[in-house]
Amino acid sequence: MYGWLWDRLPGGMGTKLLTATVLVAVAGVVLWYAVFPLLEPAVTLDEVTVRK
Amino acid sequence: MLRAAGESSITAGLILLLFCAYLLWGTGVYTQRMQLQLQQELVEEHARPEPAKLRKIELGRAVAMLRIPRLGRDYHYAVVEGVDAEHLKKGPGHYPGTALPGQIGNFVISGHRTTYLAPFNRIDELQRGDEIIVDAPEARYTYRVTSQDIVYPDEVDVLASVPGKPDIEPIRAYITLSTCHPEYSAAQRLIVFGVLKKTEPRKE
Repeated sequence: MYGWLWDRLPGGMGTKLLTATVLVAVAGVVLWYAVFPLLEPAVTLDEVTVRK
Repeated sequence: MLRAAGESSITAGLILLLFCAYLLWGTGVYTQRMQLQLQQELVEEHARPEPAKLRKIELGRAVAMLRIPRLGRDYHYAVVEGVDAEHLKKGPGHYPGTALPGQIGNFVISGHRTTYLAPFNRIDELQRGDEIIVDAPEARYTYRVTSQDIVYPDEVDVLASVPGKPDIEPIRAYITLSTCHPEYSAAQRLIVFGVLKKTEPRKE
């Protein structure tokens, strides 16, 4: 999967590396700021109240 | 085929790791911002010419500043009114309907242990006699820790006006802190009890 993607990145080694890094960073930012906040309420490892 | 499966697994693992990092540290960013707002609210409340003795505090508003010297000289969190998920994200939350700071009865606060800045992460270190200081707009209330307990999540007796004794009318002011136990688990609750020792009205 990653090999296939790598072959399709344009340019020489340097450009490929730069593009790949940017793509990974974008994926990370989308996860951190958009996906994780939506998932967080489903994680109930830190329930702190006492109630019936 | 095998290669694709391996790559997906590694990717999933990395995403999961990143999610754990988000839970532990990323969630605190929001809390940090909300704490600044709540602390500002307290400053404004204190600056009012006549701080109301018996305030009616709306959900989501600041109640008082909590300080616990045992957990560090700088340990301070603004307590927010309410204990729903949205309130506890902002900081330790006061159970609506339980006593206000310094009042006869039980001032009950819950706080996160591992996420959202984890304000109550180390309350298990509190020992008998340790100070829990509650700076309300009208006065500073100093409670002293009396005991700790570990209970199941539905043992609501700890919230009673006299903690653990729901049938008795209170004649003293208590404080009760609750958080999850063990760390990273929702199985039980860690409870710290205290009783009011000293009240110092704020000087104008």
